[in-house]
Amino acid sequence: MIVGEQKPLEELWESIKDHKKVLVFGCNTCVAVCQQGGNKEAEILASLLRMKATQEGVDMEIQDSGIERQCEHEFFEKTEERVEWADAVLSTACGIGVQFMAEKYPKPIYPGLNTTFLGAVEELGVYTERCQACGQCILAQTGGICPIARCAKRVMNGPCGGSTNGKCEISKDVDCAWQLIVDRLKLLGRMDDYEKLTPIKDWSSDRAGGPRKLVREDVQHDS
Amino acid sequence: MTAKTPSKLEKVLAAGHFAVTSECGPPRGSDPTEIVEKAEIIKDHVDAINITDNQTSVCRTCSLAVCIRLKTMGLEPVLQMVTRDRNRIALQSDILGAAHWDINNILCLSGDHQSFGDSSKGQNVHDLDSMQLLQTVRLMCDEGKFLGGDDIKRPPQMFAGAAANPFADPFEIRVARLAKKVAAGAQFIQTQCIYNLDKFEEWMKGVRDRGLHEKTAIMAGLTPMKSAGMARYMKNRVPGMDVPDEVVKRLADTPKEKQAEEGIKMCIESIQRLKEVEGVRGFHIMAIEWEEKVPGIVEAAGLYPRPEV
Ligand code: SF4
Ligand code: SF4
Repeated sequence: MIVGEQKPLEELWESIKDHKKVLVFGCNTCVAVCQQGGNKEAEILASLLRMKATQEGVDMEIQDSGIERQCEHEFFEKTEERVEWADAVLSTACGIGVQFMAEKYPKPIYPGLNTTFLGAVEELGVYTERCQACGQCILAQTGGICPIARCAKRVMNGPCGGSTNGKCEISKDVDCAWQLIVDRLKLLGRMDDYEKLTPIKDWSSDRAGGPRKLVREDVQHDS
Repeated sequence: MTAKTPSKLEKVLAAGHFAVTSECGPPRGSDPTEIVEKAEIIKDHVDAINITDNQTSVCRTCSLAVCIRLKTMGLEPVLQMVTRDRNRIALQSDILGAAHWDINNILCLSGDHQSFGDSSKGQNVHDLDSMQLLQTVRLMCDEGKFLGGDDIKRPPQMFAGAAANPFADPFEIRVARLAKKVAAGAQFIQTQCIYNLDKFEEWMKGVRDRGLHEKTAIMAGLTPMKSAGMARYMKNRVPGMDVPDEVVKRLADTPKEKQAEEGIKMCIESIQRLKEVEGVRGFHIMAIEWEEKVPGIVEAAGLYPRPEV
């Protein structure tokens, strides 16, 4: 899922303070799982901002609402009215939701979160990165552990010389991805694969190749 | 073994001598005086001089410019190149730039993470990794091709090397990782600083068991300790460094004003012992900001005069 982290209240206030009717708008899928941008969090954020407005003596109306996903047209249908009412929206979706909304409505849509990474819920309250959507998945070769997302130098033939006691050279709190890969290959009885040189990567399917697009004509025609 | 390139370092190794290299770090400014002086101090005692590439991610004059400077002084540089700061266009371009000046040695590295240096807010590139850079160098030299497939007019002639850390984790791939670097095309290896000689010898045994010492020239890396404090710092703070307690103790038991001298003595003793290890083909003496000690170490270790090749 996409993980995000709420921006500091001060920063949010700076972006909305000159508006009269602000809608804090949640997205109840990915960013709800990490409890940062779901409809419930939008509601809490709206009340914090109302308090802030009172403190600052600013006359402003703040409402909250939310939908299932801000990255798909169909979910917006039910909330058109609320969005129409507002003269600015503070979206607590990821950067995708914020942009998607901005494309739909000719009014300021501000980001409520910093979109941080694509990750997993390691345990309650702990989210960690797993994938960078490179467009050409190599997990089959690396024992199911991604060196692009999880190695600080995205080393394809790792580890680098800095791996110590299973940790990455950047911090004792970060696992060395290549230690994990070696452990995993060992577990799978595939240590011979370690010595296969990973070829130079084609990054054209990554961010480097420009904005990416997927078209499924079969699905398009079906609907 | 016959040398395949005009590299002096390769020739010394091919002739069966122990090779000796050292390294200098480019200045944090544009004044060449100091680096020229450093090179002058060590030039008669080493076969080649590594020029580091923004080491520890601290921004400095580029390695290539200083290598060219050395070349114009009639010296033999080893161009260090990290994959952290340049994509494949820049890497290949700099390799050609080096070849333009007939620089014949390159050391392929991934580079320390940028968070260690003065640019922790910067991006890192890592388009290739160090093994893929080695493959790139060999492709350019041996086949005269760019990565994109086109021919290179007057291909570079380079003796290509890599670093190896005999002490790095994970333990089970220490030798396998060297095998991979050899497979990627490493013609010489400069190791991480060796303080734990027992462990290094154990690694070398694994290396010999797989015949890797015959496929690449392994140069043992050494850095003399200046003080017990430095030993402690290296032990506790530098990732991938193995400094045994005895080393720290020996220095700590030495009066402060004699610790530097003791550190030099320990370095010389290490070289003496490592000369006996089958498969060790030379020494890479990294005396960080202590270049003036290199000639004395080389002489005391019986590695002087350097052979004419
Ligand atoms: S290899 Fe690419 S697609 Fe696969 S997990 Fe890593 S970043 Fe994601
Ligand atoms: S220590 Fe491991 S995870 Fe960190 S940069 Fe090196 S190989 Fe990558």
